[in-house]
Amino acid sequence: MADGPVAEQLLRRLEVADGGLDSAELATQLGVEHQAVVGAVKSLQALGEVIEAELRSTKRWELTTEGEEIAREGSHEARVFRSVPPEGLAQSELMHLPSGKVGFSKAMSNKWIRVDKSAANGPRVFRVVDKVEDEVQRRLQLVQGGQAEKLGEKERSELRKRKLLTEVSLKTYWVSKGSAFSTSVSKQETELSPEMISSGSWRDRSFKPYNFSACGVLPDSGHLHPLLKVRSQFRQIFLEMGFTEMQTDNFIESSFWNFDALFQPQQHPARDQHDTFFLQDPAEALQLPMDYVHRVKRAHAQGGYGSQGYKYSWRLDEARKNVLRTHTTAASARALYRLAKKKPFTPVKYFSIDRVFRNETLDATHLAEFHQIEGVVADHGLTLGHLMGILREFFSKLGITQLRFKPAYNPYTEPSMEVFSYHQGLKKWVEVGNSGLFRPEMLLPMGLPENVSVIAWGLSLERPTMIKYGINNIRELVGHKVNLQMVYDSPLCRLDVEPRPQRT
Amino acid sequence: MPTVSVKRDLLFKALGRTYTDEEFDELCFEFGLELDEITSEKEIISKEQGNVKAEGASNVILYKIDVPANRYDLLCLEGLVRGLQVFKERIKAPVYKRVMPNGEIQKLIVTEETAKVRPFAVAAVLRNIKFTKDRYDSFIELQEKLHQNICRKRALVAIGTHDLDSLSGPFTYTAKRPSDIKFKPLNKTKEYTACELMNIYKTDNHLKHYLHIIENKPLYPVIYDSNGVVLSMPPIINGNHSKITVNTRNIFIECTGTDFTKAKIVLDIIVTMFSEYCQNQFTVEAAEVVFPNGKSNTFPELAYRKEMVRADLINKKVGIRETPENLAKLLTRMYLKSEVIGDGNQIEVEIPPTRADIMHACDIVEDAAIAYGYNNIQMTLPKTYTIANQFPLNKLTELLRHDLAAAGFTEALTFALCSKEDIADKLGLDISATNAVHISNPKTAEFQVARTTLLPGLLKTIAANRKMPLPLKLFEISDIVIKDSSKDVGAKNCRHLCAVHYNKNPGFEIIHGLLDRIMQLLDVPLGKDRGGYVIKASAGKQISRIQSSRTSFLPWAVC
Repeated sequence: MADGPVAEQLLRRLEVADGGLDSAELATQLGVEHQAVVGAVKSLQALGEVIEAELRSTKRWELTTEGEEIAREGSHEARVFRSVPPEGLAQSELMHLPSGKVGFSKAMSNKWIRVDKSAANGPRVFRVVDKVEDEVQRRLQLVQGGQAEKLGEKERSELRKRKLLTEVSLKTYWVSKGSAFSTSVSKQETELSPEMISSGSWRDRSFKPYNFSACGVLPDSGHLHPLLKVRSQFRQIFLEMGFTEMQTDNFIESSFWNFDALFQPQQHPARDQHDTFFLQDPAEALQLPMDYVHRVKRAHAQGGYGSQGYKYSWRLDEARKNVLRTHTTAASARALYRLAKKKPFTPVKYFSIDRVFRNETLDATHLAEFHQIEGVVADHGLTLGHLMGILREFFSKLGITQLRFKPAYNPYTEPSMEVFSYHQGLKKWVEVGNSGLFRPEMLLPMGLPENVSVIAWGLSLERPTMIKYGINNIRELVGHKVNLQMVYDSPLCRLDVEPRPQRT
Repeated sequence: MPTVSVKRDLLFKALGRTYTDEEFDELCFEFGLELDEITSEKEIISKEQGNVKAEGASNVILYKIDVPANRYDLLCLEGLVRGLQVFKERIKAPVYKRVMPNGEIQKLIVTEETAKVRPFAVAAVLRNIKFTKDRYDSFIELQEKLHQNICRKRALVAIGTHDLDSLSGPFTYTAKRPSDIKFKPLNKTKEYTACELMNIYKTDNHLKHYLHIIENKPLYPVIYDSNGVVLSMPPIINGNHSKITVNTRNIFIECTGTDFTKAKIVLDIIVTMFSEYCQNQFTVEAAEVVFPNGKSNTFPELAYRKEMVRADLINKKVGIRETPENLAKLLTRMYLKSEVIGDGNQIEVEIPPTRADIMHACDIVEDAAIAYGYNNIQMTLPKTYTIANQFPLNKLTELLRHDLAAAGFTEALTFALCSKEDIADKLGLDISATNAVHISNPKTAEFQVARTTLLPGLLKTIAANRKMPLPLKLFEISDIVIKDSSKDVGAKNCRHLCAVHYNKNPGFEIIHGLLDRIMQLLDVPLGKDRGGYVIKASAGKQISRIQSSRTSFLPWAVC
């Protein structure tokens, strides 16, 4: 069954039509609104290949309301002429007629009428000719009959100036037979219903094919934050490599653990007010492990453990100052100190990923707080080659295989090496991490055995995440100004596959 | 990391060969330097001040090289060239000598008044030096680099260099009331008192950063010659009288400071770098410093120290197998003259005065590894066998956040630092009631305190995302910080979970339902008493107990 009477008639006419049909013409022929034909075209289109419909835009001349009136009643000037009897008419009377004012001047310029100003009782209007041809009416009637093309360009524009004609554009369809043309189409089913299955009627129905180019309806979902998705993957990598997670849930740290324990001298620029957040309350640490503190003090001020030391007067009050930890290495120092207390020494692999704080200048890639990823291995006889070997394994799990190592300086590691990887996009080597062997001046005061080496490396969590998710401004990623749409849309974090190209 | 800017062509001339940018970059990388930028004076000015200002500036190519923060001996062209030439075995490391003068030794007498403001001073003389414009510029620039780095912006050490021929020793380093110090400072035409100078320099973009070092001291440090001419008022400014120029032949160098060790290092670095241009290359004329206690000492120290390192220790730490002879050769390339002695496994390493960064055998090990080439070291995996454990709190957090997302809530990540207002006023609390830790040096109000609750961060996240379709369902599991005197630092982190449902209608049942779900996930049953998880009927409404009596919530939403 066809989809409504209009569609049915359309198909029937199309069957016998030569080439195709115009929707507007069809509407005129059927005596229905054009919109009804358009509806039929659309519903037939939805059936697939039954018809082909090409959208065409055509321009058409139509009469204005005034134009229609003139087509019916005659032009104003003709009406004025007809109102004038052979004996003439007083001008004042004529002017009161509906077409009087406009018609009078037109009829005058056409020389159809004349005015006798010397007549008694005021000026009087007389016919000049017996009969007139109403050209305006005739032209408008032509347009009305769909024969506007018979008028010259000049004539049309004159009528338009008189606001009798107007040009309208019309969207019509040129309808032709489709590859699956049939006059007896039935509406396709969009859904398979339980009734169709139980009655078996689905066998006789035709089903509308799915539109695979349209979008589906996204499920209502919650989403994990991209940075924390990357954090999960890093945790996973460390766990796969047998690393135990360190306790890092203490943002507040004493300068002692944050700096002194790491053999970072008290005049080091990192301990400056410009780089580190100090605390007003609680301003100082309440307890420090004093035995250990004395060993640290000696290492700084006088040396020992095979070291020259920094040779300055080390101050306890400086070590007591509380800070927001500037690196998770402070937590690593605590973990290693606890390890040193356990006898006998057992080798360990540690990791942590947590927040650190810097009182630095903020820009598009730097915030006052960020996440640091840190790995630590303590064992007898570890070498620089071991550090590089572990870094190779770690970074290959991130999909980074081209590595090279640059000598560097860190206050608490020696030897130290910066890790560079070749960035395919930037076509250059970029720094991806920092690493080294902890200094004996840091490890020996803790009480770790002399032949135990500790290798460590660190990197930020934000940088790989920004590269991974193509984010240029860190504020879009971290903090309350986060772009939630970005959170909703971010894909899974698979660090071992190529990052997508950077957004521009 | 300090950056040293050198003229490329001058550098290549001194190195005796040219490099392509790539080759030089490679050499830097190998040596532990970084060729940070290739630019010119013109380019720098045009970048900072626009093309118009750059008109007429020099087009000479500059290399900006990042130098490790502990390598003070590489902070100028002279040091870089020497380091690289020795590394490439093109020259042998020069031996620096301190010599006594033909005539009387220059004396610097330190008075006890300095003890309270800037107690230490050292001095030396560079005799018959020959400057060119480039050498002179490098000499000035090295002082600036040292001031910015090891001298900690002149707080620890300040350097003064003077035309010795314009002065007459002995010199006196003392401290006086600022109103009693009067002299014509560098590049000024008239005399000012110290008080006046401190005022004038408040608007000097360069010097204003150093004023605080002595500003509030009753006495200011000052150095005079025997005629009462002021050499300098450290750490602020030198006198104009003894100003050095490109024609100066004899230079008196004084370093004053609060850290004696660093003052000695700084003096050693300056004289080792620039004695290259003295008539007797690499010799430095000694100066005598007389301390307030009457004892005296001659400077610069220019001390060579010998360290004994076992070859197998180096091999073991680096993970290589080199003969002791080879290791000695590697170290020698790093400016550490070394030879095998004793049982054939001992290496005697000579630490020159330029290498104050060598404090321990591990520093020597690193230099051996650098000379060997980090990227030539065989990578191996340690046999360290361990069983991994997660930190229990983080393990639970990971589990829970996945299930909260599965419950349709989206994870937020907000800052741990915020303003006092965020955690107090805006939540209807008094700041004293928050038990928050306070930061003493925040640059802006955003970093006044550590958060005591996650709620403000989530609310700010919503405020920043009002363009998003409703509802917004957010959660965060993260740490807050509160004071706790039972902890060693007096504060502790607490892991919190916070969730917000934001829509046109409150939908209390949604957030309530999430709580029920969380309790279900945590296997917490509904309790009969009021401890723990309690659902209580009140005034016909189901009320959940999350936090008791929080003024941030409407009164009927809390029990």
